[in-house]
Amino acid sequence: MKRAIVPVLAVVVAALLALAVRQVFFVAPIEATQLYWNQKIFYFHVPCAFMLFAAVYVCGVPAAIYLKTRDPRYDDVAAAAAELAVVFGAIVLGTGMIWGKAAWGVWWQWEMRLTTSLLLWLIMVGYVLVRRFGGAGAERLSAGLAVFAMVDVPLVYFSVKFWNFLHPPAKVVSTLDGSMKLAFRLSALSFIGLFILVLVTRVAQLRATRALRDARERGLDAGILEP
Amino acid sequence: MSFFRLVAAVAGKDLRVELRSREILYTMAFFAVTVVVVFSFAFVRDRKVIAEAVPGIVWGALAFAATLGLGRAFDREREGDTMRALLLSPAPRLAIFLGKAIAMVVVIGLVAVVIAPVSVVLYDLDVSTSGGSLALLLALGVIGMAVVGTVFSAMLLRVRSRDVLLPVILYPLLLPLFLAATRGTAALIAPEPVPGEAWFWIQFLVIYDALFIVTSLWTFEALVIE
Repeated sequence: MKRAIVPVLAVVVAALLALAVRQVFFVAPIEATQLYWNQKIFYFHVPCAFMLFAAVYVCGVPAAIYLKTRDPRYDDVAAAAAELAVVFGAIVLGTGMIWGKAAWGVWWQWEMRLTTSLLLWLIMVGYVLVRRFGGAGAERLSAGLAVFAMVDVPLVYFSVKFWNFLHPPAKVVSTLDGSMKLAFRLSALSFIGLFILVLVTRVAQLRATRALRDARERGLDAGILEP
Repeated sequence: MSFFRLVAAVAGKDLRVELRSREILYTMAFFAVTVVVVFSFAFVRDRKVIAEAVPGIVWGALAFAATLGLGRAFDREREGDTMRALLLSPAPRLAIFLGKAIAMVVVIGLVAVVIAPVSVVLYDLDVSTSGGSLALLLALGVIGMAVVGTVFSAMLLRVRSRDVLLPVILYPLLLPLFLAATRGTAALIAPEPVPGEAWFWIQFLVIYDALFIVTSLWTFEALVIE
């Protein structure tokens, strides 16, 4: 049963993505006031931004549980979520910059949501770096970092909010025309599905790696395997 | 011994070690002043430093110096293998953490006390009206840096490439603090100070410090084991 989830989910996500792409590029109208085709970026940029923010908590909560229980299964979830945050964050920042060039004439503005996303992304990149280069004991260190990141997110948000603003308001979605709204919802749904799919797959992979390592150590201890 | 006596004992021990060598304090202060001078070269126009750059220079210098000091303070524990002894002692982990954090607050605070007047003189700042608020802002910034820094340097004790990883971890987490600190400083040292805005950032720093002290107390025990 459990094994069937991944392929089924993969098919569902692929279908959703295809539908979303069709809706975005062939049904939803082209934004005519100033952005034209550039507006299409919005359908991918905003869902990825949701995923970046969600990933920080999908990483932080299991990390906190891991710190208390020492159960490595939670650590695997946190590690997978952090990697996803880095990937989605890179997409958010990249698409955000392209949008910025089209809408504001510059690649980068020190504006609220761009800055918030950048800072968040930096924290998650820090997490992945610690994991990769920290050696033994890095799991605990990165788990601590994830917990601190969770506390940091609202602070980052508010500090940048009071600093300055320029980003299109968040309520833009509710003002969209019907076919655009549908495109946006389809896209958001497919990205949520993609997030879960990659998360589940990566967690399974991390667990398999751990099981293999444990088995190897047991084999070495028992003298069955050559070192 | 009561909890607070233990905290005082750990802080006192760290400060006494530092007072005897003054190694961290001297190197940090020297480094911070150098950074202030080096940065100021980049922002000179008509023989005067551009006023808007000053908060960034001061806080940048303090951040670099703090990283240096934090790394060194815990290297010392590792070299003597004293962290293990400290953790083996019957003192609760929280007392150890608070003691070390307080010692770090004092050391980084002393560096701030050195670079603040240096900056006032070098950049010709008028602090006659906003001196108190600036001192408060500096104190809150130093507390935040020292607390978060202490947690992660203690954790990094046993980790490879800790010198590289400390700023990698620390700076992103401290970014809201830097933002609030630089904005608050800018509001206070402007030709026309804006105390209202500075006060907002001071309150923000109080919340930041409180949240991170709680988080540190909650995680320290789980993070620093054996």
